[in-house]
Amino acid sequence: MEQPNLSYINDLAAGDESFKNKLIAVVKDELPVEIEIYHSNMNSSAFAKAAENVHKLKHKLGILGLVDGYETAIAYEEELKLGKSSLKTEFDSILVACNHFINDF
Amino acid sequence: MNCIIIDDEAAARTIVSHLCSQVDDLDVIEEFPNAISAMKFLNKNDIDLIFLDLHMPDFSGFDFIETLKNPPKIVLTTSDKNFAIEAFGYDCIVDYLLKPITFPRFLKSVQKAQKEKIVPRISAAPAAPVVKESTSLVEKELYVNIDRRLVKILFEDIYLIEAKGDYILIKTEKKNYTVHSTLKKIVEKLPDALFLKVHRSYIINFKKIIDIEDNSVLIAKNVIPISRSNRPELMRRLNLL
Repeated sequence: MEQPNLSYINDLAAGDESFKNKLIAVVKDELPVEIEIYHSNMNSSAFAKAAENVHKLKHKLGILGLVDGYETAIAYEEELKLGKSSLKTEFDSILVACNHFINDF
Repeated sequence: MNCIIIDDEAAARTIVSHLCSQVDDLDVIEEFPNAISAMKFLNKNDIDLIFLDLHMPDFSGFDFIETLKNPPKIVLTTSDKNFAIEAFGYDCIVDYLLKPITFPRFLKSVQKAQKEKIVPRISAAPAAPVVKESTSLVEKELYVNIDRRLVKILFEDIYLIEAKGDYILIKTEKKNYTVHSTLKKIVEKLPDALFLKVHRSYIINFKKIIDIEDNSVLIAKNVIPISRSNRPELMRRLNLL
C-alpha cells in the first residue's frame, strides 16, 4: 500500500525548514479534527456531509504525497454523494496511515 | 500586486501564502478563513488579486464572487476539477488551480494574472419582476410540514429564509424551523411586498432590514450577502432619501 511521505512538502519548501515545520504543524492540527468530523458524519450516515469532509481530506492526502490515495478520495467523494460507501474501508485505512505518519513528527 | 487568500483550510492558506512569498511583487495583505470576513475587508480595501477556495462551508467561491460589485482578478484554488467550465464563465477568474498546488503551476497563474486585464462583462439590466399581489392580499401566514404536523408561521414573524441543501431554514424572532423544501418553492408562497431573494441561498423579509452595507444586508444579527444580480431589485425597492 502507498505510504504517506514528504515529497510534496519537501518540493514546496525547497530547503526552507521553517516553512516545512510550519506546514507539518498545521496539518498535524487540522487532520485529526477533519478525520473525526468525517467519522462522526459516517456514523450517522450523513453521506452528503461526509462527502464534503472527504473533499477536504483529499487535499491533505495530496499534501502527504499520496497520489493513489488522492484518486481513491475522488472516487469515494463521488460515491458518497450518491449515498454509497463501498470505498469506506480502503479510504479509512489511508486515513489511519496518514494519522500514524503525522503523529511521528 | 497585492492579494488576499480566502480558504477555510489553514493548510491551504499556509501553502498559498508561502507560494506568494516566492514571487517578486506579490504581497499577501490578509488571509481569511471564510468569505464573510473577506467581504467586509474588500468593502474597505482595494485588492489586485484573490486566491479563492471554491469549496467553503455555507458560502462557495462562486457565491462569494456573485456578491462582488467590482471583482478583482481571482485565481480559484480547489481540489475539484468539475467546475473549470463554470469558472471561466466569470471574466474576473484568471485561472483555476488544482490542490495540492505546485510552485511552477502557481507561478503560471500569477503571471497570467499580471497580464490579464479585466473587461467588465456587459449584461442587460434585469427586467423588473412582475409583482404577484395575490398572496400578500389573501394570506398572512404559511403552513409548513414539520414532523407530520402542519405548523403555522406568520409571514410577519419571518425575518430570513436560508437554503440548506435539500432543506430550508425559516428563521423567525421566536423560533427557527427546518423544512424539507427549496427556496424556489417557498418563494411562490411568499408575499412580494414583504420578501425578496437577495442571494441564491437567502430570502429576506424586506421589513426586517437593519442596514445595508454595499454587498451585504444586516437582518437581526445575520449578515447576509447580496448577489450582484439581485442588488438592483433590492435598491429599487428601498425608500431612499
